[in-house]
Amino acid sequence: MVTNADLLALEGKPGNFTAKLNIRPRYIDADACTACGLCTQYCPKHHSDPYNEGLSITRPIHIDYAQAVPATYYIDPSSCMHIQHNTCQICVPVCQSHAINFNQKPESRDLKIGAVILSPGFGKIAEETLEKFSYGKHPDVVTAYEYERMTTASGPFLGEIKCFSDGRHPKSMAFIQCVGSRDLGCDNGYCSSVCCMYSIKEALVTKEHDPEVDITVYYMDIRTQGKDFDAARERAEAIGIKFVRAKVADVTPWDNHLKLTYSTLDGQHKFDAHDMVILSVGLESPKDAKSISNITKIDLNKYDFCKTETFTPLQTSQDGIIVAGAFQGPKDIPESATQSSGAAVLASTVLKKERGKGTISKEYPAELAVTDDDEVRIGVFVCHCGINISSVVDCPDVAEDAGKMDNVTYYTENLYSCSQDAQEQIKKTIKDQKLNRVVIAACSPRTHEPLFQETLKDAGLNRNLFEMVNIRDQCSWVHANEPEEATDKSKDLVRMAVSKAAHIQPLPEQTVPVTPKALILGGGVAGMTAALSLADQGFESVLVEKSSAIGGNLKKLKNTLAGDTVGGFTKQLTTKVKKSSMIDVVTDATLAQTSGFIGNFSSVIESGKGKRKKEQTFDHGVIVVATGGHEHRPDLYQLGKSKKVVTQQELETKLAGRAKNRAPNSIVMIQCAGSRGEDLNYCSKVCCNHAMKNILKIKEINPESQIIVLYRDIRTYGFAEDAYLEARKKGVVFIPYEVDRKPVVTSKGTKVQVDFFDSIMQEEVSMTPDLVTLSVGIVPDGTEELSKMLKLPVTANGFFLEAHVKLRPVEAAVDGIYICGLAHAPKPVEETIVQAQAAAAKAAMPLVKGFVTVDPIVSSVQQDDCIGCGICVSLCPYGAIQMEKIGKKRKAKTVSASCKACGICASHCPTFAISMGGFTNEQLVSQIEAFGNKTRKEKVKV
Amino acid sequence: MGKAIKQREGAVMILGGGIAGIQAALDMTELGYYVYLVEKAPAVGGVMAQLDKTFPTNDCSL
Repeated sequence: MVTNADLLALEGKPGNFTAKLNIRPRYIDADACTACGLCTQYCPKHHSDPYNEGLSITRPIHIDYAQAVPATYYIDPSSCMHIQHNTCQICVPVCQSHAINFNQKPESRDLKIGAVILSPGFGKIAEETLEKFSYGKHPDVVTAYEYERMTTASGPFLGEIKCFSDGRHPKSMAFIQCVGSRDLGCDNGYCSSVCCMYSIKEALVTKEHDPEVDITVYYMDIRTQGKDFDAARERAEAIGIKFVRAKVADVTPWDNHLKLTYSTLDGQHKFDAHDMVILSVGLESPKDAKSISNITKIDLNKYDFCKTETFTPLQTSQDGIIVAGAFQGPKDIPESATQSSGAAVLASTVLKKERGKGTISKEYPAELAVTDDDEVRIGVFVCHCGINISSVVDCPDVAEDAGKMDNVTYYTENLYSCSQDAQEQIKKTIKDQKLNRVVIAACSPRTHEPLFQETLKDAGLNRNLFEMVNIRDQCSWVHANEPEEATDKSKDLVRMAVSKAAHIQPLPEQTVPVTPKALILGGGVAGMTAALSLADQGFESVLVEKSSAIGGNLKKLKNTLAGDTVGGFTKQLTTKVKKSSMIDVVTDATLAQTSGFIGNFSSVIESGKGKRKKEQTFDHGVIVVATGGHEHRPDLYQLGKSKKVVTQQELETKLAGRAKNRAPNSIVMIQCAGSRGEDLNYCSKVCCNHAMKNILKIKEINPESQIIVLYRDIRTYGFAEDAYLEARKKGVVFIPYEVDRKPVVTSKGTKVQVDFFDSIMQEEVSMTPDLVTLSVGIVPDGTEELSKMLKLPVTANGFFLEAHVKLRPVEAAVDGIYICGLAHAPKPVEETIVQAQAAAAKAAMPLVKGFVTVDPIVSSVQQDDCIGCGICVSLCPYGAIQMEKIGKKRKAKTVSASCKACGICASHCPTFAISMGGFTNEQLVSQIEAFGNKTRKEKVKV
Repeated sequence: MGKAIKQREGAVMILGGGIAGIQAALDMTELGYYVYLVEKAPAVGGVMAQLDKTFPTNDCSL
């Protein structure tokens, strides 16, 4: 990790680049700094805090936030009195560890590297663009970044939302969307793709703070096109957040209020007063985009983002240089994370000959043996989580209470137990205090248990000698308004954990070897891309396609929005797959059965038809699910009944043909036909772009064609917004409709009639166009059956559910299974390719490693107590318990690697012969007893 | 002139230590390569570290 560093030059070719860096001085020796914070306390100079968007004051010597990595303070030279004026130096003697060093000089460093991944993020919209909204003139006009810091509990105002002008709590707030996006005034024609989501989030958070506050969102289109994003908008509307379709012209101060002037769709100009205005600012290209482009010689697009192509979305114009994240185009966190994994697989392909040569594997100290004879020494750490916990729960009281318990030899509190300095402190305490059990009361084990277990391992303790108590979600969050009760509950939970901790035992780690092969379900663009990416990594795969040929939906597409023809790409991709010696393609095939676990799956594939039907068994280490989806056909708007009503995909095929009347003179398109609340409860993300693509094609063939698009929100996010603008320039009319006033299509003989309410002219319109085109949405293929077979959860809408929406977007909840393409959610081909590359990256990880570690929390059978009834064998959903013959008796036995630790066997065993590692009867009973036992003997703090 | 440091084979440079760069760095190490994560600010984390909650689940962002 090289921080405070700028790239000065990059030379060489793929596999052999040299990067020249300039590392700016921190003026603090990183190895010596303990992040104690004394220097900041003594520094006399004020410094506007960039981490809090300038809303608070820090000192030139500071750290951005407690969890910052590296956890080292630094001096901002721009305001340090010594660096600027050669005075002061108060910090130098204050620092107990003599870490401050004003003699540090910029350091230049050359890196020899084989590949480059560019992920410089995004920039901010220029302040000139915000001026018309009185930003900078009135203190109560803030950007969404500033507002984010204002609402944050660990932010400068501890989460209290106040007007800067007079400190009152705002009662009426306005969000203005598309500030600096979709705005030709500042040359940002594109949509920033994330602002609608963060505005809804901030509005919801505000309502949590104060349910009485009145919030209005002024928007052009609400673009919540991502997976399950529409649901959040509906939630927002349900709790009273108002959405007004209008363009805000300006904001002017008005008494101590702010007056918004806006025009609505029907041409009316209106005014409204609000206490606070939040500008939903878009994402710019990064400030250093041009300099990166000059240094690396990559091409930028017209908005100064990195230029990429539809079918190679992460490849820059220079070989060996790959792009990921917002620099490739504005995008949200899950898509950035997906692109990063995809970029990793591409960089890995460039470097594959060098794999493993430069890495060092982490080594842990030898594990301390903990036996029953050892004295139990429990350490309790209570985390404040900034003020997330401590603003409600009395943390010192909770810690002290735990300290009074038997076996507790040490207790303390941390501001952030997860920060790097607290981690070091915990490790040190474990050693100094000779702790052999650790209890941490903090946030959720879902996110932080692995981190703390790692800390234990670093300190030489088995990671299972750990108990985590969630006093944030379960106490400070849910009982935010009852601090006393929340504190009592925290004490109860901690007491229970300590009682349990006294009985916990170290559990051994196990590893099992991996079969270096993948099973890929689905031979569309997602499956093929995943197979090729894995082949590039040197791994074989079996590609299972249910139809008679690979290609999937690609075969139905003719051209892309960017104007590329799809046919050439499809042919190239399918040929590459068929020719690859690493990919075994099985067509007319389905998965009949799968057993096993990550690294060691075994699947039966049924293939062929009639007499040629056969079954094959494959052993493989991972599964990539790329089963795809297809166009939905709703029984609406005369689809299937009138020849004049077609879907966008049918229109695309028609337009690519040669028929003379393929682009007729009058066309009505209806968006969201059957989507967002009818047959399908979600937005399919691609239909608006698909409509634009067809519209531009029609206009190319027949410029005279009159096209009317009836829509709810046009969701041409990202650079696709250009196509929307182009369509409007070419005279296409876009008219929004309300859900309770949908257009009506009726067949009149061979003709078709469309009746709708024109919300712009405010009148009913009836017309008989030559063609009606429906944007119908996408449904997943066969996820229900597969979900049962692979035990993969699906969403309410039938798409496979990822393990974590943001941080593990392509992994399934079941280890060793990865999801990509339309089976995960509707998405355009560009995003499908990235996701398939990301799935390949994740799938390659266990294959590269060669072994997997089995979670030690598994069931075990006390064979002396087992009566061989076999109930457990019949109940285990994972086939993880087998019967074995010992002497003349049958006894049950757990196959640890298959066990998922669900506990069904243990709860049904009539003789209590089965226990779960980490959850033995003894441990649970003591935990329950502790709940009822509030009186403890007094103990002195250690 | 560049300071002489031990050069590693099979290394990648990732420019930018926000969520994208960090994820790419983690994945590259899992795939068996040495990573130089180059960040212009004093700490990695990028904009995501400034966020309080994330859409649509309102999970903590840090």
